[in-house]
Amino acid sequence: MTGQRGFDGASALVLEMIDVSRTHGAGATAVHALRGIDLLVHAGELVAVMGPSGSGKSTLLHLAGGLDSPTGGTVLVEARDLAALSARERARLRRRSVGYVFQELNLIPALTAAENVSLPLELDGIHAKAAREVALRALDDVALADIADRYPDDLSGGQQQRIAIARALVGERRLLLADEPTGALDSETGESVLALIRTRCDRGAAGMLVTHEARHAAWADRVVFLRDGAIVDESTPSGGAESLLGRRG
Amino acid sequence: MSVRYGLLALLAEEPMYGNQLRAEFEHRTAATWPLNVGQVYTTLERLIRDGLVATAGADADGHDLYQLTDAGQQALTRWWDTPLTRESRPRDELTIKLALAVTVPGVDVRSVVQTQRTDTMRALQDYTRLKIAADERTPPDLAWVLVLESMIFQAESEIRWLDHCESRLVHQAKKTRSPSANNEPAKRGRR
Repeated sequence: MTGQRGFDGASALVLEMIDVSRTHGAGATAVHALRGIDLLVHAGELVAVMGPSGSGKSTLLHLAGGLDSPTGGTVLVEARDLAALSARERARLRRRSVGYVFQELNLIPALTAAENVSLPLELDGIHAKAAREVALRALDDVALADIADRYPDDLSGGQQQRIAIARALVGERRLLLADEPTGALDSETGESVLALIRTRCDRGAAGMLVTHEARHAAWADRVVFLRDGAIVDESTPSGGAESLLGRRG
Repeated sequence: MSVRYGLLALLAEEPMYGNQLRAEFEHRTAATWPLNVGQVYTTLERLIRDGLVATAGADADGHDLYQLTDAGQQALTRWWDTPLTRESRPRDELTIKLALAVTVPGVDVRSVVQTQRTDTMRALQDYTRLKIAADERTPPDLAWVLVLESMIFQAESEIRWLDHCESRLVHQAKKTRSPSANNEPAKRGRR
């Protein structure tokens, strides 16, 4: 790997999906959205998930974040089995450990950027003033500290997406789940969003990125390919590009 | 593109000697097209034969120098001004391979597609890492970044095409499996 970026393979496991299946319906009409998924994501690692429409990419992401429950297998986030948690405990884990970035940003228009970012902390019982301080740091991380008190509708699509990322990673969250996070953005802004996700993973978060854009998936340490609900292949950088292209500088 | 125009472009800057041309060519193209010095001299001989390059004495270290002629400058200007035609680019082995795969019995075409996609994805990851590192460098190495971005877009395009091939194969397989696909259209009229 070039530079200091990227996963070194030695960090703690944040997400473990073991023989995970998700079936909708039963009998002859059952739809197997996912089957036999084994996937581990470590701290500092960004994994991209690719596959054709209907291959199970989003279902995989929802199961990883406890937004949906598997019909078979086990999902552990920071070594905690989601199936063993009560609904309240699972909601708490989702708020504290998991950050979500969706194509639909779900920012609340009546709240400022800082309030949008601090909301999950306040919901988790943190005092508003303390939550704001943490939110401002998160906004500073995404280079948006200067627009903390502006409302989403006054901001560009790229700025809104960066607020969504700040909200996803505010506090001590260790797992970042992103579903087509660059969807509506132009090429350059989309790339800056990927750079942010990459940087947060380089700093210790574990990331899972669902995308249909190969150029975006290439920012990941590992790309897994889904087909008909199963992982059919995966790719990691060869590190051979330097020898292929000749090392520069 | 040929080595020929690459050398003309370099000589438009100043007279150079053979090994210098080789080194500059590789540097400017981010080492994506390694040359050996023999290729350089063979090309120079042809350029001299065609009147596009002339010898220009030797430098202080005794290296034989070459310079652009007026005809060489005109040929170079034409090259800058003329788009590359599709016909001038090499044939794509992958296209030929897949075209054969769908017609030769017994080939698991989806597997061929997936194997290629994984390999191209790996290359795309490699290029992306190099680009991220290059973007962080100061001062920026624009030639290197542009070459990398070109390779990134080419790899991406290849993956998109492979995705398209796969969805076509799936669509085709569904059509073949569908009983109605085998039914002849209802005949109309009297026979």
